[in-house]
Amino acid sequence: MMDKVWAVVRKEWAEVFKNRFVLFTVSFLPLLFTVIPLITLYTTGTSGEMGGVSLEDLPPGMSALCGGLDGVACAQYAIISQFFTLFMMVPVIIPITIASYSIVGEKTTNTLEPLLATPITTMELLAAKELAAAIPAILATWGSYLLYAIGARILAERPEVVAKMFDPFWLLAIFAVGPLLAIAGVCIAIMVSSRVNDPRVAEQISAIFVLPLIGLFIAQTSGVILINEKIIMWMAAGLVVVDTGLLCFATQLFQRETILTRWK
Amino acid sequence: MSDLTHTLPENMILAEGLVKTFGEVIAVDHLTFTIEAGEIFGLLGPNGAGKTTTIRMLGALIAPTAGHAQVAGFNIGSQDRDIRRCVGFLPESPGLYHALSAERNLAFYARLYEVEDVPSKVEQYLRMLNLWERRHQPVSTFSKGMRQKLAIARALLHEPRVLLLDEPTSGLDPEMARLVREFISSLKREGRAIVICTHNLDEADRLCDRIAVLKTRLLALDTPAALRRKLYGRSVVFHLKNLEPNYIQVLKTLNFVISVQTMDNKVLVTLDNPEEQNPVLVRTLVEIGAEIQFIGELRRTLEDVYLQLVKADKEEIQS
Repeated sequence: MMDKVWAVVRKEWAEVFKNRFVLFTVSFLPLLFTVIPLITLYTTGTSGEMGGVSLEDLPPGMSALCGGLDGVACAQYAIISQFFTLFMMVPVIIPITIASYSIVGEKTTNTLEPLLATPITTMELLAAKELAAAIPAILATWGSYLLYAIGARILAERPEVVAKMFDPFWLLAIFAVGPLLAIAGVCIAIMVSSRVNDPRVAEQISAIFVLPLIGLFIAQTSGVILINEKIIMWMAAGLVVVDTGLLCFATQLFQRETILTRWK
Repeated sequence: MSDLTHTLPENMILAEGLVKTFGEVIAVDHLTFTIEAGEIFGLLGPNGAGKTTTIRMLGALIAPTAGHAQVAGFNIGSQDRDIRRCVGFLPESPGLYHALSAERNLAFYARLYEVEDVPSKVEQYLRMLNLWERRHQPVSTFSKGMRQKLAIARALLHEPRVLLLDEPTSGLDPEMARLVREFISSLKREGRAIVICTHNLDEADRLCDRIAVLKTRLLALDTPAALRRKLYGRSVVFHLKNLEPNYIQVLKTLNFVISVQTMDNKVLVTLDNPEEQNPVLVRTLVEIGAEIQFIGELRRTLEDVYLQLVKADKEEIQS
């Protein structure tokens, strides 16, 4: 079974990464989302603005999140955490881009019919499409998280600030919520791609899914909410439910007859 | 690979009362036919007649709404994966990955078809179809004919016993179309059962052992020659130096003559058995004073047969 799945995954990568736009999105976006917070961290650190910050100057929930950190360290950690939602956007945007180009590309070049005429099962094909889109996204998320941690280690004044980036809150977000978001992104891209014939349109419609994350980013940076362990746990649990529903729906949509007769 | 212990049936394809509906639209209506190994079977019909739907059902791509079919001894519906393993499918559009090379396209499909020695099989078919020299080039640089050849190679990689070809020579130049036809004939000699959907009636006439004319339902099914005979009988044309009105009257009195038509100084006589009845006709014409210049058989084209069948069906529906 896995032979066929990997054959499709390798073919997908060989094909889709020849597209400059996809290649740009997969490589540049995580880099951008890593560099922006590091620049912010650097400029705030060098401006001397944080010199006299105490825990009382920070939002009430922040000091709880900082644990034993003092005012300056907690302020730096607050800056680092503010950009946390950017890392949650990477595993959504990348699979949406890959899956949109991959599925709509298959539709427009009429490659789905000969593919479905092979002994591959629709579950194998769906799994291959999911993996081909999700793996680069997850790897890019983890890679950019690692880069961010290294950059933060260099730029942050205290090592304990960086150590906070490896506490359960971050690990759960990066290693559980990230992949769950990637799965949701692919499922949405499959659903949208089944109805449109232009990968850019599929991508734009699917990108609506990123809006809640942008809202979360704005809410956090403006101090409306503070993302903590509890919110991340709820996000993970909610995404498990959403992903299950989306996978069921995508599986229904990804049947041979449906693809051949209804995907227009 | 497909199950080697599986016993091959006498009929490689057996369809019994196949029906396919999409909502309220009937795409295929009670099709029944059999196809033997080493037979080329043509599916003819106007657009929307159900040809593509039929081969999609036979290729286990879509399920019939009613009826039953067996392909290479496997049942449609319950043994679809086995069917896909022993069927080579060429859709109307080649459907190749344009960004990938010819070699990579074939290697990908060879893996999906569970071919054992992928590199050598890919090489075999690329060489056979004269694409070996271009194997590393992306398919986007290929001509339409080359793409079609590559798609045919893809359909053959796993040595299928049954081939389902939708418009195999569509859009090809005459030379390339001829090459593809010759290649299909060679596949027939290897004992494969081949189903061809085509609008090219001349091609069907030359290539197919039997032909089914569809218009949702089966309008006719037989060899091209038998279809011509059934619809038109066999016609003999006499070119006369002098055509007198009484010649026609005399010919009509002969009990084996089905019909007599005239045009200029030609007489067209339709018969059952020209080999035996021609000498009587010639003798009769000479006896009544006709001067015969030439005699020839009027060969109706498959196009005549096809158009006649479709027209008759239309008239039947209207009435």
